Amino acid sequence: MNRVLPVLTILVLIIAVWYAAAILMNAPWQNTLNGRANLTDVPFHTFAQQTWAQDKPILPAPHQVVSEIWNGTVALEITSRRSLAYHGWITLSATLLGFAFGTGLGVLLAVAIIHNDASDRSLMPWIIASQTVPIVAVAPMLVVGLNAVGLTGLVPKALISMYLSFFPVVVGMVKGLRSPEGIQLDLLRTYDANSWQVFWKLRWPAAMPFLFASMKVGIAISLIGAIVAELSNTAGGGLGVRLLTGSVNGQTIQIWAALFIAAGLAAVLVALVGSAERAVNRRMGVRA
Amino acid sequence: MSFARELTSLQLYLGLVGGGLAALGFLASVPTLGSAPLITVFFALGAVSLARLVMPWSLWLDGLLAVFGAVALIAALPAEGVLPVHHWLALFAAWAFSWLFVERLTTAIRQGRLPHTGTGQVIPLIFGLSLLVIWEVVTRGANVSPVLLPPPSAIAARFAQSTGILWADFVQTFVKSVIPGYLIGCGAGLLVAIAVDRSPFLKAGVMPIGNFMSALPIIGIAPIMVMWFGFDWQSKAAVVVAMTFFPMLVNTVAGLNAASAIERDLMRTYAASYWQTLMMLRLPAAGPFIFNALKINSTLALIGAIVAEFFGTPVVGMGFRISTGVGRLAIDLVWAEIAVAAIAGSAFYGVIALLERGVTFWHPSVRGGRA
Repeated sequence: MNRVLPVLTILVLIIAVWYAAAILMNAPWQNTLNGRANLTDVPFHTFAQQTWAQDKPILPAPHQVVSEIWNGTVALEITSRRSLAYHGWITLSATLLGFAFGTGLGVLLAVAIIHNDASDRSLMPWIIASQTVPIVAVAPMLVVGLNAVGLTGLVPKALISMYLSFFPVVVGMVKGLRSPEGIQLDLLRTYDANSWQVFWKLRWPAAMPFLFASMKVGIAISLIGAIVAELSNTAGGGLGVRLLTGSVNGQTIQIWAALFIAAGLAAVLVALVGSAERAVNRRMGVRA
Repeated sequence: MSFARELTSLQLYLGLVGGGLAALGFLASVPTLGSAPLITVFFALGAVSLARLVMPWSLWLDGLLAVFGAVALIAALPAEGVLPVHHWLALFAAWAFSWLFVERLTTAIRQGRLPHTGTGQVIPLIFGLSLLVIWEVVTRGANVSPVLLPPPSAIAARFAQSTGILWADFVQTFVKSVIPGYLIGCGAGLLVAIAVDRSPFLKAGVMPIGNFMSALPIIGIAPIMVMWFGFDWQSKAAVVVAMTFFPMLVNTVAGLNAASAIERDLMRTYAASYWQTLMMLRLPAAGPFIFNALKINSTLALIGAIVAEFFGTPVVGMGFRISTGVGRLAIDLVWAEIAVAAIAGSAFYGVIALLERGVTFWHPSVRGGRA
């Protein structure tokens, strides 16, 4: 309870600042409009309501964004190309596929790295260097290149998500699989455990907290990867395309709505990984 | 056979594969003897390496074999058309030898027969060079369309040709957008964190929201920033500010709690003021956290600036060049631009890592020698 009140206070503060900023930023255009309509001496509360109800505001008011989201999801049929749920689903499926690829690749690389000194020394520096390459720069080319060999739709976007999300998993899993202490490894040696048994009975369970912490980061950047990939493939749809078309047409409310849907998706996905973590912890007998 | 027993089974297997492939390749190149003399010599030497079963065979010989194989392959690449089938055997053999070399090098370092400094840094270099050689041989040997994936040599040539364009793009994107945005975003995050830290109520409210915001795709505000601040670098810098602010805020607030109660009590017994405690104890103790955020932000900043350029830009900048280059199928220029971005990103990260070693020299992760 003692965490809810401060968070709510900050949220209310943010919304208040937002409404105030909406008045300030939309005021010049509203003045022009009122001037054209020969409206003078508009009382302040009417003026404020006008600035919160513009068609293409510089900063839409929160309730405009919420109603756009409502109109775009619940009020429309889900198969409509204007439905935000439809575009959200496209982005979500690319995110999930890329996240699955990335987690798999990350775990495989981590296993190779902890079992083989040579791969540790030759791979690790390049894995770190790979993240300094801005993948978003590679994204448009990857999408176009894969298009040329006949791969379209989900897979190119998922590959970009994979490239972003494998990194935290590798780093976390290398740390996690190495986290058992010498005394625990020695105990398994006295049991005459082979390396397969050491892996499944000691290293893998010990790495679980690290895996989930990495997966929370991984799924969030997986979503970023999918959105960025969509910027280069406008025909396919998705939240990234909504951002792009909104930007081209000056539809600010549409941009904000897509942004909020993306934020909601990120929150839900991270929460899902969190609940999976709790389920696994319970299954493994960890006390909360 | 005792010489073979010095090798692990993986090393022995790699040696056998490399030597066997080379012997096979030699037999296959007998009918066309003299067409590619270097490759034939490589095949012959590789086959000779099978002698490791009965005599000592230095790991440096394996390294030399791998290098020789790579040079022979690149020299034998045809200007047009595809590589003869048996030359692919040389690629696989050279790959096996370089892998074997790296395996034996790490074993030697682990057993203390070779020093870690120097040789330890060679290993990732070998891996990178092998990748480049494989990339070059596969794209040119299999005649991959340059629109799909140009060979590294073509990218390097394009890089050398268009340094003027690349430099202008670098200045626009990195110097004008990334650096100011990074400094403002990180600075604001740091200051807000220090301000918030004074009030437990504010801290309890800001931390969950900050954590939540760090996980959001903030990059999506790029089109909004382009609308608000125009096409030039200001809008890109604004995106970078928004992306770098929250990781810095969250990490600094966590870091300011890193100083233990006993250390703070000591400061109180010295009658240290709030600012003295902050500057002498709590900020230095937060150093590792702050540098963690600075490192995360260094890659985020570059991504933010490049993506923001997709939404509208003057006709210069790395993101602009990439999106138009893809459209005009000037893929080699796009790759040159990516190389610039990678070099800039790595250098940026490297500078911050160096700073970290200098500033947080007392931290165990730095003293242990591996940052």
